[in-house]
Amino acid sequence: MKLETQLTTTELLNLYQKMLLIREFEEKAAQMYTQGKISGFTHLYIGQEAVAVGAISAILDHDYVITAYREHGQALAKGCDPKEIMAELFGKATGVSGGRGGSMHLCDIEHRFMGGFAIVAGQLPLAVGLGLSITYKKENDVVLCLFGDGAVNEGAFHESLNLAKLWDLPVIFLCENNQYAMGTAVSRATSLTNIAQHACSYEIPSHRVNGMDVLAVRETVEHAVRYARAGHGPSLIEALTYRYRGHSMADPLKYRAAQEEEIWQERDPIPNLAQKLIEQNITTQQAMDQIQQEVTQILESAVAFAEESPEPPLDSLMTRIYEPFSNQNPAPPPKKSLLNPQ
Amino acid sequence: MPELTYRDALNEALREEMERDENVFILGEDVGFYQGSYKVSRGLLSEFGAERVKDTPIAEEVIIGSAIGAAMGGLRPVAELMTVNFSLLAMDQIINHAAKIHYMFNGQIKVPLVIRTPQGSGKQLGAQHSQQFETYFVHCPGLIVIAPATPADAKGLLKTAIRDDNPIVFLENQNLYGMKGEVPGHDFTLPIGKATVFKEGQDVTLIAYSNSLYIAQQAASELNKKGISAEIIDLRTLQPLDMETILASVEKTHRVVIVSEAWKTGNIAAEIAMRIQEAGFDLLDAPIQRVTAKDVPMPYNKHLEQAALPHAADVVDTVMAMA
Repeated sequence: MKLETQLTTTELLNLYQKMLLIREFEEKAAQMYTQGKISGFTHLYIGQEAVAVGAISAILDHDYVITAYREHGQALAKGCDPKEIMAELFGKATGVSGGRGGSMHLCDIEHRFMGGFAIVAGQLPLAVGLGLSITYKKENDVVLCLFGDGAVNEGAFHESLNLAKLWDLPVIFLCENNQYAMGTAVSRATSLTNIAQHACSYEIPSHRVNGMDVLAVRETVEHAVRYARAGHGPSLIEALTYRYRGHSMADPLKYRAAQEEEIWQERDPIPNLAQKLIEQNITTQQAMDQIQQEVTQILESAVAFAEESPEPPLDSLMTRIYEPFSNQNPAPPPKKSLLNPQ
Repeated sequence: MPELTYRDALNEALREEMERDENVFILGEDVGFYQGSYKVSRGLLSEFGAERVKDTPIAEEVIIGSAIGAAMGGLRPVAELMTVNFSLLAMDQIINHAAKIHYMFNGQIKVPLVIRTPQGSGKQLGAQHSQQFETYFVHCPGLIVIAPATPADAKGLLKTAIRDDNPIVFLENQNLYGMKGEVPGHDFTLPIGKATVFKEGQDVTLIAYSNSLYIAQQAASELNKKGISAEIIDLRTLQPLDMETILASVEKTHRVVIVSEAWKTGNIAAEIAMRIQEAGFDLLDAPIQRVTAKDVPMPYNKHLEQAALPHAADVVDTVMAMA
């Protein structure tokens, strides 16, 4: 199948590089987890790379991303530093969240990566609020809110879609349907398994897209972004994808059929894109090897950085639970908005 | 000094802060067109418009969640939950999100959010509408909990809360909305975390907050007839607690009764008593006592309801029984 795209070779190689970086970052994270360097819940993104990379390539640096707890790949796609993400997984002071968050709570305000949240669907109401802050300030940003198929059965999903449409907020709700909410298949948990169709209840436009095709995801999200920036409000996108690993590192993965896994392995977005790029003479094997070398180097230095970084000091434990109370600075002038200090 | 109701004092605080800072806005069920179910937001829709006075669906999780998100985006939302009973539908957003975001992300994001909601019992509203939930909120680090008892405190503390960069649960009391009192003018604010000595006394300290302040006040006047001089502390802020003011009073009176309209088990009275004995055991001449609601879902029947609630007579009896 021919690649139908307006993207330049550089843009295509960037997409490929990001996906490869995520894949290998996650493999490295799994290795570090096995070695006991990473603890806690660690949810790998392997298999779903095309969703984050395609979607986030369709928004601008200034747009928000807010997401759930399987978010290493999304943070990488948003431009967060792999060193700081790895350091966060190691619980180090140099991590994106200072070692306080861990795998499930990456946050990088500079990149408008507004956090990984670990209560299923908890981030959807927050996305609505970020969207509200954009329209309130008459800005032109959008919010890309990612969540899994499990979130669709939570009340927060329905409350959020309703309010986002009621107020026509610039939020792109992107459901990564990886077929399983932990160990429960979508068909065993959701009465309407075509998740995109849930949007009809709220008069929100929706799209169902092949989440194993980075260009298809990108194009679909681009469409929703244009719609949001034009002031028409939210969209719901369902990306059909698959996680090649268990729900978390603790999941022995005994609930899926081998045949099903094989079918999805054949759809692996990374080798498939590589093959097309070579076959269609868009790039050379040499350039692909070069990307591979760069990724290996990035990850080696990320692990070294995480290893060498200091632990957060014990005396930081009770700090920054609260911001200083306002009565310590009486009668403050109107505050400039947090994210747009002008 | 003008006299205002507790309701109008809150209304004035909202109006003044919305005038001061255009990033301040309010949202909630029936706050706009209906003018607030307790009329606290009366007149604000016509004055500030629908962009800043936002009616929401009855969907507490997204009311609070979207308020948190708006705060993350640089606004200063004041979210109203029609009554505290409905806050449980938003508890995930309050506890797992609002209270955590600042710490969990290493201080990168502020959540300047005020959640206004009334609690209170005694109006025959039945088990699901006659509750006090301060214990749930004070238990959670990352939240500030305020519970004003007077119109002046309601105004001064709400203004400070709106200017604060932390998530704040602002517990009003549905039985106090009509209460009148003198309220200072435009630039009046009160500090978070400071209790006040509502009435000075020598023999016993009555610690109270919100509507229980008036139970303590009535008890103090009864005790006065019996020759006992009670000091009353109005906590005003429940998280953080002002132990300095409490301990200074205990040092004077050496006896403490804590009065609360919430259930007995896990009542904030237990936390206060523990802190007093940790920091000032030697100051005490008698065990600390508490007068609270009984541990029962509130019955509708008036006599049963009154029997479940604490009264001034209970405080008087408790004080008289202290050695």
